[in-house]
Amino acid sequence: MKDKLIIAGKEFSSRLFIGTGKYSSNKIMAQSIEASGTEMVTVALRRVDIQNPQDNMLAAIDRQKYLLLPNTSGARNADEAVRLARLARAATEINWLKLEVTPDPYYLLPDPIETLKAAEILVKEGFVVLPYINADPVLAKKLQDIGTATVMPLASPIGSNQGLKTKSAIEIIISQATVPVVVDAGIGMPSHAAEAMEMGADAVLVNTAIATANDPIKMAQAFKKAVQAGKEAFEAGSAGIKNQADASSPLTGFLRD
Amino acid sequence: MNIQKAIYNDSGYSPERLETLLAADAQKHLEQMAQKARQITRQRFGNTIQLYAPIYVSNFCVNHCPYCAFNCKSKLPRTRLTIEQACKEADILASEGFRHILLVSGEDKKFINIPYLAELTQKLREKFSSISIEIYPLSKEEYEILFAAGIDGIAIYQETYDRTDYAKFHKTGPKSDYDWRLDTLSRAAQAGFRSLGLGFLIGLSDWRTQTLALTEHANMLMKKYWQAKVSFSFPRMRPAENVDKELFKHMISDTELVQMMLSLRLCFPDSEIVMSTRELSGFRDNMAKICVTRMSAGSKTNPGGYTVEEASLEQFEVADDRTPAQVSSMLKSNGLEAVWKDWDKAFIK
Repeated sequence: MKDKLIIAGKEFSSRLFIGTGKYSSNKIMAQSIEASGTEMVTVALRRVDIQNPQDNMLAAIDRQKYLLLPNTSGARNADEAVRLARLARAATEINWLKLEVTPDPYYLLPDPIETLKAAEILVKEGFVVLPYINADPVLAKKLQDIGTATVMPLASPIGSNQGLKTKSAIEIIISQATVPVVVDAGIGMPSHAAEAMEMGADAVLVNTAIATANDPIKMAQAFKKAVQAGKEAFEAGSAGIKNQADASSPLTGFLRD
Repeated sequence: MNIQKAIYNDSGYSPERLETLLAADAQKHLEQMAQKARQITRQRFGNTIQLYAPIYVSNFCVNHCPYCAFNCKSKLPRTRLTIEQACKEADILASEGFRHILLVSGEDKKFINIPYLAELTQKLREKFSSISIEIYPLSKEEYEILFAAGIDGIAIYQETYDRTDYAKFHKTGPKSDYDWRLDTLSRAAQAGFRSLGLGFLIGLSDWRTQTLALTEHANMLMKKYWQAKVSFSFPRMRPAENVDKELFKHMISDTELVQMMLSLRLCFPDSEIVMSTRELSGFRDNMAKICVTRMSAGSKTNPGGYTVEEASLEQFEVADDRTPAQVSSMLKSNGLEAVWKDWDKAFIK
């Protein structure tokens, strides 16, 4: 049973999405993307000259192989995010958008109110919206209701490499979701990615952990394997963790009826 | 406080942690601090350095600051750029690859005023993704006009947080108002500015006390104006024409400057650390590998410096005169990517 990930009607065989920031060169970025086996790559609109195909970063990403997912990193309210999204679509005809509204420039935590507001506008305008959110199950439901293509709850603050600090909330989101759940931000090691997939996440998005590794290409391969392993483990179905050993002489062994 | 604890166990800012890191004793642990600072910087900012360049639009000034070559007493050639001249300077920077620029001026309100800056910004916005200013303090209402015109960042240095020293160096003129200057970044933040650049002129007062005042200022700004991002600059007194070196008894060594920068990085992991071409290339290259996140390159510190050579007096002697392309390839050889664009004009309507 190899079920495929489908987002807004598009099929993905890889469940690992890749960010493009923080690399020491566009060449290493391109090689890491290749090594990760990803099919979706997100790019900050602030970092690229989206209207210019000669832009160094954009030129390094093979658009035949990877779906380019522009993101609104840096937007601090719905207005800014919507404005960036419209300009990007007008310049590139890319309909997909990773919606990020992060008014606080230090932890870059997403603003639930402005994110919901921007998502409402963008969905109506025909964007495929993948919103970056805190691990808030009610917000996830509301976004789903208005028609976002996924929800992308954070594992821990972006770039922090802290892993699944929001695990119990993400479990609730997964259990309630009718759209794919992509765990985004804070995944610092392949084991974190595997853990998210074992929990039933549909995909994970990784940037810092790969881009700032000593050997980003090797780390990208490690993440590829971890995501596959985590997904397979989820499909295989865990027998669960037992806190105690089974007693050899059960206390209820006397029961006969 | 224990220095090992301050380096490794604590996270974030407290005055106690900063004091421990700044102490003379801590210099023995500079290498450990540097290792930790590099690790934090690479994790938070990646293997990148953002590049920017200044455009000096006027060296006319009504202030008397004895440390500055633009002070109104110096009988040296003065230049103001017309909007057209400033645009020509900007064209050169744009062709070199810059998308982030900083407009710099002396306190020349008659000429470099709000209509001038707003008009210039409107013209520059087509070519640049982020425009900042480093000029005399303005009111909140004036910052609102400039923000609407497309200026999103500001740098202004208190010069010294010590009121006695401040009064000594700024006896007359508009700059003598300590509190008006101190509140400048708050006013800019209230007007919507996204990037707030802080610093003091290293050499005027005791650097350790000044650093503590700087971080208290930064911490207040970060808490109160939580949507703006604070950056630190480290302007250090350097030899310039007409500057009396006897006046400045608090100049610091490279080691002390490094200690200061590392302490700030450890306490403020997500703040930008900026380094201008005041510093020598070797020093800059090494600090780029440790904790600097934003650098100027190819800077001319005289108005018209990019289009006309040697036409007017420069504010400070540029110590790193490499071209932007040379700085970019230096970064590359150190495993760092020069980032020319990290903002978008679309953020401002």
